[in-house]
Amino acid sequence: MPDTKLPARPSPEVSDEVRHTTCYMCACRCGINVHLKNGRVKYIEGNRDHPVNRGVLCAKGSAGIMQHYSPARLRKPLKRTGPRGSGEFQEISWDEAYDLAAEWLEPLRKDPEKLAFFTGRDQSQSFTSWWAQAFGTPNYAAHGGFCSVNMAAAGIYTMGGAFWEFGQPDWDRTKLFMIFGVAEDHDSNPIKMGLGKLKARGAKVIGVNPIRTGYNAIADEWVGITPGTDGLFILALVHELMRAGQVDLDYLCRYTNAGFLVNCDEGSEDYGLFLRDEDDKPQVIDRATGAPAAYDAKGVKPSLTADHDADGTPYRPVFALMAELYLEDRWSPDAVAERCGIPAERIRAIAAELARVAFEEEITLDIPWTDWKGERHEQMIGRPVSFHAMRGISAHSNGFQTCRALHLLQILLGSVEVPGGFRFKPPYPKPPEAHPRPHGMAKPGLPMPGPHLGYPLGPEHLLIKPDGSAKRIDKAYTWENPLSAHGMMHMVISNAHAGDPYKIDTLFLYMANMAWNSSMNTSRVIDMLTDKGEDGDYVIPHIIYSDAYSSEMVAYADLILPDTTYLERHDCISLLDRPICEADAAADAIRWPVVEPDRDVKGFQTALIELGVKLRLPGFVDEDGQAIYRDYADYMVNHERRPGVGPLAGWRDPDGSGQGRGKPNPEQLDRYIENGGFWVHHIPEDAQFYKPWNAGYQDWAVKTGLFDAPQPYVFNLWLEPLAKFQRAARGHGASQPPEHLRERVLRTMTPLPTWYAPFEDEGEGVDEYPLHALTQRPMHMYHSWGSQNAWLRQITNANKLYVPGEVWEREGFSEGDWAWLSSPHGRIRVPVARMDALNPHTVWTWNAIGKKPGAWALSDNAPEMREGFLLNHLINELLPPKGDGRRWSNSDPVTGQAAWFDLRVKIERAPEGGPAEPHFEPAKSPVGKGPERLAYGEKFK
Amino acid sequence: MHPAPSVIVFTALSGLGFGLLAWLGLGLPAVYGWAAFWWYFVGYALAVGGLMASVLHLGNPKNGLKAFSQWRTSWLSREGVAAVVTLLIIAPFAIGRIFLDTDWGWLGAIGSLLCLVTVFCTSMIYAQLRTVPRWNNALTPVLFLAWSVAGGALLAGQAVAAGLLLLLAGGVQVAYWLRGDQRFAEAGSTIGTATGLGALGRVRLFEPPHQGTNYLLKEMGFSVARKHAVKLRVIALAAGSLMPAVICILMPAGYVAILIAFPIHLVGIFAARWLFFAEADHVMKLYYGG
Amino acid sequence: MTALPQSTDRKLGLVIDLDTCVGCHACVINCKEWNTSGTGAPLSDQEPYGDTPMGTFLNRIHTFEVEVEASPAQMVHFPKSCLHCDDAPCVTVCPTGASYKRSEDGIVLVNEDDCIGCGLCAWACPYGARELDQEAGVMKKCTLCVDRIYNENLPEEDRVPACVRTCPAGARHFGDLGDPSSAVSQLVAERGGMDLMPEQGTKPVNKYLPPRLRDRSMSGGKSLESKGDSPKGLLSWIDRALEAL
Ligand SMILES: Nc1nc2c(c(=O)[nH]1)N[C@H]1C(S)=C(S)[C@@H](COP(=O)(O)OP(=O)(O)OC[C@H]3O[C@@H](n4cnc5c(=O)[nH]c(N)nc54)[C@H](O)[C@@H]3O)O[C@H]1N2
Ligand SMILES: Nc1nc2c(c(=O)[nH]1)N[C@H]1C(S)=C(S)[C@@H](COP(=O)(O)OP(=O)(O)OC[C@H]3O[C@@H](n4cnc5c(=O)[nH]c(N)nc54)[C@H](O)[C@@H]3O)O[C@H]1N2
Ligand code: SF4
Ligand code: SF4
Ligand code: SF4
Ligand code: SF4
Ligand code: SF4
Ligand SMILES: [Mo]
Repeated sequence: MPDTKLPARPSPEVSDEVRHTTCYMCACRCGINVHLKNGRVKYIEGNRDHPVNRGVLCAKGSAGIMQHYSPARLRKPLKRTGPRGSGEFQEISWDEAYDLAAEWLEPLRKDPEKLAFFTGRDQSQSFTSWWAQAFGTPNYAAHGGFCSVNMAAAGIYTMGGAFWEFGQPDWDRTKLFMIFGVAEDHDSNPIKMGLGKLKARGAKVIGVNPIRTGYNAIADEWVGITPGTDGLFILALVHELMRAGQVDLDYLCRYTNAGFLVNCDEGSEDYGLFLRDEDDKPQVIDRATGAPAAYDAKGVKPSLTADHDADGTPYRPVFALMAELYLEDRWSPDAVAERCGIPAERIRAIAAELARVAFEEEITLDIPWTDWKGERHEQMIGRPVSFHAMRGISAHSNGFQTCRALHLLQILLGSVEVPGGFRFKPPYPKPPEAHPRPHGMAKPGLPMPGPHLGYPLGPEHLLIKPDGSAKRIDKAYTWENPLSAHGMMHMVISNAHAGDPYKIDTLFLYMANMAWNSSMNTSRVIDMLTDKGEDGDYVIPHIIYSDAYSSEMVAYADLILPDTTYLERHDCISLLDRPICEADAAADAIRWPVVEPDRDVKGFQTALIELGVKLRLPGFVDEDGQAIYRDYADYMVNHERRPGVGPLAGWRDPDGSGQGRGKPNPEQLDRYIENGGFWVHHIPEDAQFYKPWNAGYQDWAVKTGLFDAPQPYVFNLWLEPLAKFQRAARGHGASQPPEHLRERVLRTMTPLPTWYAPFEDEGEGVDEYPLHALTQRPMHMYHSWGSQNAWLRQITNANKLYVPGEVWEREGFSEGDWAWLSSPHGRIRVPVARMDALNPHTVWTWNAIGKKPGAWALSDNAPEMREGFLLNHLINELLPPKGDGRRWSNSDPVTGQAAWFDLRVKIERAPEGGPAEPHFEPAKSPVGKGPERLAYGEKFK
Repeated sequence: MHPAPSVIVFTALSGLGFGLLAWLGLGLPAVYGWAAFWWYFVGYALAVGGLMASVLHLGNPKNGLKAFSQWRTSWLSREGVAAVVTLLIIAPFAIGRIFLDTDWGWLGAIGSLLCLVTVFCTSMIYAQLRTVPRWNNALTPVLFLAWSVAGGALLAGQAVAAGLLLLLAGGVQVAYWLRGDQRFAEAGSTIGTATGLGALGRVRLFEPPHQGTNYLLKEMGFSVARKHAVKLRVIALAAGSLMPAVICILMPAGYVAILIAFPIHLVGIFAARWLFFAEADHVMKLYYGG
Repeated sequence: MTALPQSTDRKLGLVIDLDTCVGCHACVINCKEWNTSGTGAPLSDQEPYGDTPMGTFLNRIHTFEVEVEASPAQMVHFPKSCLHCDDAPCVTVCPTGASYKRSEDGIVLVNEDDCIGCGLCAWACPYGARELDQEAGVMKKCTLCVDRIYNENLPEEDRVPACVRTCPAGARHFGDLGDPSSAVSQLVAERGGMDLMPEQGTKPVNKYLPPRLRDRSMSGGKSLESKGDSPKGLLSWIDRALEAL
């Protein structure tokens, strides 16, 4: 033992070397300093210079060592030998693995639909989608469809960016912050740092959430709303603000389509569309002339109230339509109070508080700036109220409209892109028009004509075959969910199993535990993955999967491509997909092998490049069939998406002077490493606010390569593309919804934000299943990854169902009890505990704690398996049959977002004791079991 | 507190051992030669055995000798020093009695006193702890001394004295229980003071900091069911005090009686010690919901 | 030495803000990470991948629910590590002198070379701040990161405890609580910093800032004045307001 009699001022050597890279214990992507001693990782801390985390590090980040040395790490490519699910594998070489993959994939080049390639929460979607485009399959998406596409789509369609990773509150200036439906979010550390700033200043936080833990626990005011009713609550706030004229009129006139003239002739084909001039410019009534004018013409000041008659067709400004709609009594606080579970006086008081802070505590910055119409402003005027929201409002079947309602509220208060309000992070703002349209397959054997995912502006952009069936296996961009901008990964396995819209041959998954926590109805999905047809073959013939660890999904794949851990590979956190920008800077980052793998594993992207070369995919090989990129690091440096624009924006051009644009620089990665693994490029001071309309910002963005020409735009209070879908539903145009969906499209795709009851609240079962059931992410666990982590799992290795006090007493529960929890889809047995800081109609548990025996190198009787459970068994990807026998998908009808939080349940006492049910038989662990003891650090003594 | 066998054995046996040695030091019974050897052997065996058991409780016994260094401040250190000094002082007295047929009465008397000091020190290890209000109580040393002296008398064959002292010890034990049951409330530590949140409202543990166990819970998280405790109290009192006392008083002269009474007493004393630990609540538990 | 110093030159310690702590456990894990490979024996884990995993930690987060009269129940995340008490009972009970409180800065430490693992100090601590490592058999406790705060191998700004440096919400503050002009002392004065279990007489150096008042009715419950109850009325008011712009 070392001498432990400490000197008064001990000053031990911390490490031999510090290497800077990017954390990937979650998708927040903080900068980390990895301390190495004797070539081993000794200590990980936050990088103080890093724009994301400024030195702090969350529990997961610090536990990175344990993940890096996890006994559940895969060691070599695996080929299945036993039946699917058995966990029986044989280790093979990479060459054999590629041969096998090519044997399955090569034939599909002629029939590329038969490959479905879906990726989880990886951060290389611009690369993986490019691979899928090269292969030619239309069946590519990442996980956004089951995650938060409602949030993304509502934000982009309404204001050119969303909460999530697209923007952030002005933490330094905001005085009133309202947070809806967030337990943790992707911006894990930044939100905590931001809340810390507000707390230090004594600014006020209002948490809207059925559950009062975490961020909501420290909120000064807690609004324990009933799930699925936020849209009502928000529109009641809108009702109050409109009624009192407490809206930012100047802002609405300048920066939104509040003055656009809308066709109000119900009989007209163009009902709901804007009046446009010959140049297709939407028209407003100019207050000076009283005549129609293009909205963006210099000097035009739109009226918000003046009606207009164009050749007998009545037109009204958007704002007038809003006044008419939102002043209706159904949106009044009194009308919504009971359903939301919030007293009407409380709603009125919150509206008053929002108005007071926004308009009476206005802040000004003396920074002159010039707008897109050339008008110079001496000051920046701020409305210091800000909002943030996440899956609590988006993971409902009314989530798209609820998210829109929240954006509407922000915009009415004039608090988007102003000091003290909500600010976009580059490359946002970016309106829907600036995004691509979705692309389907061109011709077998050819690459896809464009990216898979995009933002439809009307029915003409849907991906439907002439016979009306879906072009994509997940049925994204069909009339069932027209704006499914992130695809619908949660439908892939069930659709592929059902052969609807068609059968596939190979399912290729990356970094998504689809046999467990990311699937709805997990037990059924396991059946689908193992189901065999009459020919004795699996219904889904081939499954290739890349994971870094022995997850549940591994056992269900036929071929495993083992990834490295995040400390052992190159990665690129790129402006082309999900960068690490801040509101006042563009930024991107890399990961690089700070330690070399000690196993026969490869970074997945490199494996994908090698596979692409083997398949001779366009873009991966030159005319001679030679590899264009050696590996992913080579791709990161040398690939160009548009001339001068590549995966990494920093230190471009051979001399490293290029910021955003420039030729590839062979030394680029060294520059990143020297700089701590990231690049930051600040936005000039006068361009940091009003970005959609700020000429300075638009120029900067073009110079930095975010886009190729300035693209100013106004916010869409009235969302015309939705009016176009409604027009089709009313029977106009070439593409129209099938009969059974017409009414639904009309009801749910309203051009002004609306609220309708979540689908599971409408069915017959409502009375039988009186409670809402939710999950929350624990701050210290990332989905299923955390359980293999020796330190994190000590904090949470079993989960309880939290039951509100009233229900607890009514059912006669006492400490240590178990309960049956049932939904229309099934029944599980779970341990229960009491909670009072909880909406009285809601039960909940921590997400993804339950594990399947055989996975994660855990013992077969670990608490995760005895007392951990998933709610997923109770959630179906399809709703119970409707009157007409049809089963709608359990998704938002606009975007296809999985409606995880619509779940309704009932609860009854169960016999004492576990284990949690369903209980699964252990599979064989392909990596063995973890060690009996651990004393990390003894090697450094 | 976790009723660890090592501490139960330690306190019970060393108490008996020093109790017996105390009686022997006073020349009761007045034995010499082989007879004395066996008495002293039993006394030393119990005292040393008890101390050895306490060593089993240590996580890092190789540093054991250092435990004698802090006698100025630490009751545990004092207990160690006292035990060793006592055993060393009694040794020549015992040698005198066994081999030299001599009775250095003054030395024996000092030894006897030191035995009581040692037992007192043992008791103070527990009694000093404010964190365990049930122990942190003037009756704790009285209790230890009473059981030690009574058990010692029983072993020393001082039947009448033993009978009376056992009844007395039983009485102290009952008083200790009654007092002890009030102590936690008296001490004033609640989940409200532990968290500082008491002024806000009624505080309840929602989630512990770790889902499995840890050292603290293993060591201090023990709690015993009320019903179980009552049963054990009856056993402790009956077997520890009443039954052996009755036997002693009814059969004052018979060594056979002692041979019957002592094992019964031992059962009782173990039950009492088990309860001593098991019923004692540490204030730390408040952080785990009480 | 198990005698407590009469007084200490400084009182280094932590101030923990219960109004700000979101319960993320970041400080718990970074503390474990720093200290398991730092001074003394590693903080071991038993059955780390097994049925009853447990291990040694120097800092832990509890969560309490508080029933509050006339307003909704509240949740408080509650970090707890050694409070470096002035009257540290854990020190005086130690038979070996392994436990000691430093007179220069008040930090309470264990010298593992002297520790026999008797556990008495853990019994003496009211707060559950000491854990006996099951592998090494020696007592472990928060060292206030004494091997960081004076460490000349670390940049000046990093010479703070690991838990403080890592806390994303900034709920942990480090400084000299003996100096009334220090930032931490001022924070304690402003926000009513409190002692845990004062009745135990330990005189903790670490202080806790209580949660601020929550759920007060907002804006005195006032609601906004109407500018027009019909759309028409409202729009004509809007017209006038636009004129005025
Ligand atoms: N530590 C950690 N961080 C993560 C993750 C992780 O697994 N662990 N996962 C990452 C991923 S993939 C995602 S998508 C994000 C998600 O981040 P969050 O959106 O924070 O995700 P959830 O934990 O699902 O939290 C949803 C919250 O909404 C609340 N809620 C549910 N229904 C309603 C409702 O109707 N109204 C309101 N107002 N609230 C409601 C729930 O109580 C819960 O607090 O987190 C990311 N960050
Ligand atoms: N009930 C309920 N279910 C939910 C949710 C909910 O709120 N409630 N949330 C949903 C949401 S938003 C999401 S995003 C999903 C998340 O669900 P998943 O995406 O399935 O999340 P993980 O469990 O993290 O699974 C990802 C897989 O990636 C693997 N992995 C980790 N690191 C690496 C690596 O470096 N390389 C590779 N190749 N693999 C790696 C892990 O081992 C794991 O098997 O869950 C969804 N499911
Ligand atoms: S939030 Fe935590 S886990 Fe996620 S990247 Fe940052 S430090 Fe890593
Ligand atoms: S908190 Fe406990 S361990 Fe720390 S000084 Fe106080 S009594 Fe000792
Ligand atoms: S466990 Fe170690 S530090 Fe604690 S009292 Fe015993 S010897 Fe002293
Ligand atoms: S000061 Fe250091 S040892 Fe103490 S709790 Fe914080 S990190 Fe752990
Ligand atoms: S790191 Fe900070 S916010 Fe997180 S639990 Fe610790 S004290 Fe609380
Ligand atoms: Mo997600």
